[in-house]
Amino acid sequence: MKTKKAIIDSLGGNAKENGYYLCPDAQLFNDLIDGLAANNTRYGYGSCPCRVASGVKKYDVDIICPCEYRDADVDEFGMCYCGMFVNEKIKKNPSQLGPIPERRPPEIMDAALAAVDTKQSISIKSSVQAKLKKNTPSIVVWRCSVCGYLCARELPPPICPICKAKAERFEEFVLS
Amino acid sequence: MTVKCATVSGKNKKHHVKIYTLSTCGWCKKTKELLKALDVEYEYIDVDKLTGNDINDAYEEVKKYNEFRTFPTIVIDNGKHVIFGFKDKEIKEKLR
Repeated sequence: MKTKKAIIDSLGGNAKENGYYLCPDAQLFNDLIDGLAANNTRYGYGSCPCRVASGVKKYDVDIICPCEYRDADVDEFGMCYCGMFVNEKIKKNPSQLGPIPERRPPEIMDAALAAVDTKQSISIKSSVQAKLKKNTPSIVVWRCSVCGYLCARELPPPICPICKAKAERFEEFVLS
Repeated sequence: MTVKCATVSGKNKKHHVKIYTLSTCGWCKKTKELLKALDVEYEYIDVDKLTGNDINDAYEEVKKYNEFRTFPTIVIDNGKHVIFGFKDKEIKEKLR
C-alpha cells in the first residue's frame, strides 16, 4: 500500500520536474490525496479521485494520476481536471481553481463499464476508436533547443523536464 | 431502476436536490459541504461506492442529465435545473 506521504512526494517531484505546482487549496489538496490513497487501496493504482474508474487497470490507464489529459488542461485552463496540478498563475490565485470541462471522451468510460458489466474484453478496435475521439487533432512535436529533449503536446512545457530550460527555448520540431 | 440514495436532512426543502458524487472527489466534498452550510436537504449517491449493476444504473442516470457524465452532477427539481461541477455561485443562486 502506498502511504499518503509517498504519494505526495511522488506527485511533488513530478510537478517540480515538469514546471507545475501542486494544488494550492490546502483542504482540496488533502481531500485529493485521500482520494488517491483510497483508489490506490481499492484498485491497486491511483486513478483520478474526481473521475469514476472501471476498476480494471487497462481501461483506466489514461486517468492514473498524473493523467494523460493533464498537460493539455494545464495549458488551456491553468489546472488539471481535479486540480492536483496547477500552473504558476493559479498557484498565486487559488480562488481561480474551479470546475473545468472534461477532456476525456465519455466513450472510453462507456466502453469500460460495458466490458466490466458483461465480463467481456473490449476489442482493441473499440478502445482505439474511443481514443481517436480525444480532442488532440494534430499534436505538435516540440524540441528543447538547449538539450534536444522532444515532447509531443499542444504547447511547449513550462520548463524542460531534463535541463530545466524555459518554454521560450522550445521550438517546433519538423522532420525535413 | 432507480438506485437507492442517502438523504441528508436540512431545513431548506424548497427544492428537491439530488447529487451524484464520488466519495474520493474533493469537489464533490465541497458541494456536500456547501449544501450542508446552506442547510439544504439533499439526496446523494456516491457512485464509486456502488457495486454490481448499481454502478451502471447510476451511471445511466447521470448520463440522462449530463452528457459528459462528470461528478458532481447536481440535479435540482428532477432535472428542471442541472449543474455540472462545483459552481458555488450558481448552486447558491438556484437554491436561494
